[in-house]
Amino acid sequence: MSSLNSAHSVVEPGVMSRRIAATIVIAYAIITIIPLAWIFLTSFKSPPDSISYPPKIVFDPTLEGYCNLFTTRTRQTPEYIASLGAPTSICDEITRGRNMVIAGPSNYWPRFQNSLIIAFGSTFLAVSLGTLAAYGFSRFKVPLAEDLLFFILSTRMMPPIAVAIPIYLMYRKLGLSDTALGMILLYTAVNVSLAVWLLKGFIDEIPREYEEAAMIDGYTRMQAFFKVVLPQATTGIAATAIFCLIFAWNEYAFAVLLTSGAAQTAPPFIPTIIGEGGQDWPAVAAGTTIFLVPILVFTILLRKQLLRGITFGAVRK
Amino acid sequence: MTKPRSENQVTSVTDTSTSILGKAAAQVTPAPLASRIRGMSDRTMAWLFITPTIALLLAINIFPLIWAIYLSFTNYRANRPNAAIEGVGLSNYSRVLNDPNIWQAMQTTAHFVFWTILLQTLIGFSLAYLIDRKFRGHAFWTTIILVPMMLSPAVVGNFWRFLYQPQIGLFNYVVSFLTGIPPSSFEMLGSVALSPWAIIIVDTWMWTPYVMLICLAGLRSIPDYIYEAAEVDRASLWRQFWSITLPMALPFIMLAILFRGIENFKMFDMVTLLTGGGPGSTTEVASITLKREAFESWRTGRASAFAIILFVAVFGLANIYVKALNKVKQR
Amino acid sequence: MQTIKQALLGATSALVLFMAPGLAKADELTLCWAAWDPANALVELSKDFTAKTGTQMKFEFVPWPNFADRILNELNAGGKLCDLLIGDSQWIGGSAENGYYVKLNDFFDKEGIKMSDFADAAVNAYSTWPKGTPNYWALPAMGDANAWFYRKDWFSKPEIQAEFKQKHGRDLAPPKTWDELKEVAEFFNGREIDGKKVYGAAIFTERASEGITMGASSALYSYGFKYENTPGKYDMEGAVNSPDAVAGLEAYKALYKCCTPPGYTDAYMSESLDAFKSGQVAMAMNWFAFFPGLYKDEKVGGDKIGFFVNPKEKVAASTLGGQGISVVANTDNMDGALAYIKWFAQPDVQKKWWSLGGYAVHKAVLSDPSFPESQPFAADFLVAMNQVQDFWQEPSYATLLQTMQKRLHDYVVADKGTAKEALDGLVKDWTEVFKDDGKL
Repeated sequence: MSSLNSAHSVVEPGVMSRRIAATIVIAYAIITIIPLAWIFLTSFKSPPDSISYPPKIVFDPTLEGYCNLFTTRTRQTPEYIASLGAPTSICDEITRGRNMVIAGPSNYWPRFQNSLIIAFGSTFLAVSLGTLAAYGFSRFKVPLAEDLLFFILSTRMMPPIAVAIPIYLMYRKLGLSDTALGMILLYTAVNVSLAVWLLKGFIDEIPREYEEAAMIDGYTRMQAFFKVVLPQATTGIAATAIFCLIFAWNEYAFAVLLTSGAAQTAPPFIPTIIGEGGQDWPAVAAGTTIFLVPILVFTILLRKQLLRGITFGAVRK
Repeated sequence: MTKPRSENQVTSVTDTSTSILGKAAAQVTPAPLASRIRGMSDRTMAWLFITPTIALLLAINIFPLIWAIYLSFTNYRANRPNAAIEGVGLSNYSRVLNDPNIWQAMQTTAHFVFWTILLQTLIGFSLAYLIDRKFRGHAFWTTIILVPMMLSPAVVGNFWRFLYQPQIGLFNYVVSFLTGIPPSSFEMLGSVALSPWAIIIVDTWMWTPYVMLICLAGLRSIPDYIYEAAEVDRASLWRQFWSITLPMALPFIMLAILFRGIENFKMFDMVTLLTGGGPGSTTEVASITLKREAFESWRTGRASAFAIILFVAVFGLANIYVKALNKVKQR
Repeated sequence: MQTIKQALLGATSALVLFMAPGLAKADELTLCWAAWDPANALVELSKDFTAKTGTQMKFEFVPWPNFADRILNELNAGGKLCDLLIGDSQWIGGSAENGYYVKLNDFFDKEGIKMSDFADAAVNAYSTWPKGTPNYWALPAMGDANAWFYRKDWFSKPEIQAEFKQKHGRDLAPPKTWDELKEVAEFFNGREIDGKKVYGAAIFTERASEGITMGASSALYSYGFKYENTPGKYDMEGAVNSPDAVAGLEAYKALYKCCTPPGYTDAYMSESLDAFKSGQVAMAMNWFAFFPGLYKDEKVGGDKIGFFVNPKEKVAASTLGGQGISVVANTDNMDGALAYIKWFAQPDVQKKWWSLGGYAVHKAVLSDPSFPESQPFAADFLVAMNQVQDFWQEPSYATLLQTMQKRLHDYVVADKGTAKEALDGLVKDWTEVFKDDGKL
């Protein structure tokens, strides 16, 4: 009876309205996940299966896409292949089945490593600098604080290509073109404004009485910052770090314009994976899958912090 | 461009708006007893903490911006390092503003921004409204819906090129399965009529969850007692929606629109990988034109002028919008 | 305070050290080129160089649609990615003038490498700047031109031959003119062959880099398109937009409209290969570079494939491809890079290069009496290389190319305006570029 009474209430939605809502939301969620599921499936298809019509949902899974992702291959005559010894690995075997031999490793792994170094390096720097600055803005009377904060923000409205033009010229002069250091500094600069804003909010929430109590107990301000404020801000720092990491991990425009090889990250590289002839879709799918996995894991493990971070700015008054 | 960036804008613009509203109470630091007793002064520490960030931003953001402003008045070309740099006055600006290609790119961008915002707001708000019914398992399904926006638009956009293939792509297959239109009879990326929609679909797929999240925060900020009062007044659900839910969530919706608007005005990566601006120049958004000017034609001076114009446009539009937003908030 | 400062300093310098670009080892060379079949052949060939000198070879291969963009960006940025670069013929002007490439004349003299040992057209196109002067910035590495291939097995089916003869009053054979090309393409288009619907031809329509320009110019040159009325005068009005040129562009669009498979709106080399290898098209255009691989293909190669040079209409002409190998001035391993060039120029290496699938243009290879018979497309290659025409090689070539890409794609694929309007617009765009350069 009570559930019937509240059937029309928005505060306690009724059974029917919940069912309808659930159906629509679940349907949307399934539709939204199909393209991603398709990437995953494609990574286990053989190249002919990947381009068959109608698209195949049931197929013989193979590791060919992953093999092609990590190797470069050359086409050889069957006689030449027969003259080689026994295959040394599963990839070797698969490749020979296509009348090819493995010529060497591909550039995918170095690019993936660049992504790791640049994303984690810039996140670490941005969060460190951001925490310090956020504490400064939160606790001290800084002259022109509002203007400074506004200035920090406005740098973010520039289209990345517009920023890239002078950065390109500057890095050329400084020898920072196509270096991990250059990319780390750039991503740090882009992320630090985000970090300052998020962290200032988090630190504002920590009562200043804590530090003052610590200082009365004989701590210096610096000690109080490290021993009292930082531990309190851990959640906020974690949430901020995730955002910086996702940005740096996914970034494309700067990476494609400012790196060419040595420091190139995975996003500009993945679209250029080609096989013999056209785009090798299983290999592209494999590269995409491997690249997306870390972010998927983050999203699922840290969804609470993520949600908090996303809605933080909007909810904060 | 990517999630965290928009995120930044979330915070950023909110705070801008609060500061304009004067809501952000200035933090007045009470002279701390302890620091006077020992250790460095607060002033020293404040600057020690803030300076590195400001220095980095000056070096990587402001100095290059000033450089770009300077270059926009010259004929400089980055691929002619040995050529003399000559001042050309305002001619770069007048050439950019009189270039029909650039106006066409702006129009394409506007079309893209308008439709993505409209679709994302409609779908995103509806989803948020439904998720707010708090059915069993809603947290799990919300997480699933969020996934696309965490991913790299470049990498995922590249894969959509595969889904849109007329003969082998999943998208055409599904459309053909549902409607009976032969899959190879329409080309999402290759036809002038469809390609603008192809990029809108992918952007909507990626970013609707973002609008949804902000709307959800808005819906959850509405206190229950308002609905309870409406129940007492026997207001219909429809009435409740129009007179409580929508107006109270409106500032959040408008924020979401602002962040998506800025992001999509800057759109580069996803469109580059899907269509590269084609066919012809049908989907050539402003950032692609800018990239071609700056990094393919290497007309650095002219590209800088275009970049400055774009920056001023985003900045100006965003500020006008924030003022409007504040009016809504104050209501 | 002091400790923090030190810690920060320490962290920063550690970071700098950690990130410092790895100093190129003396026994390592990075070679940059496009990612395509011949590049894989070069990997195979270079194993001999490593075996002989102990120098490890690293390769940076970029797919064609990104190649010019990325490598020119790298050169302009003064990067150290490439020690050796097999760069496109049109880059020589800019790279020579900006000092991105090492001038090789002294080195050639010292090592006794003679440019007269290489095909003249190739030396002119791939090595010299200013064009035709004995100033060498590269060693010709790979000759190439745009040409065609077709399904020999389909062409030779008796029922198809009979039907074609009845319809057109001549034997079905590889087309000799653009009119014939369109006729044959239309004949095959939409036909069921082996239970599958097939299409007429795969041609280049790519928008972002150079695809549609390279494809359409194969029609334009044949119809009598010229860049200038008087060479060297930049007087393009009446040449670029001549009635012949308009007819050529219309022919290209007609072929695109009638006979290409669905979805080929942004197609370049790899799409053309895909269309052919998947049995969708009767004919396709592509660079000679891919022909060895196509001939070896287990599904459509061997007896099933035939090749023909670009058909003539008024003029016998082919679009030039191909590249020379240059030493990047910024390299840290100049000696190693020059040693590679010296090794690569040897006749024996050039012969092996050809046998592995690279198009050597050393006269020791080309003049060998057995050359025309060595591969089914070798004779066509000699014909094509004797009738090549190339795009502008000006330092501003990228801008010139980009405007042409836009005009052509707008007209051919996006259906905007007429051929005349597209070419008139092109004259206007190019005039502006040359005015900016002070050449007009």
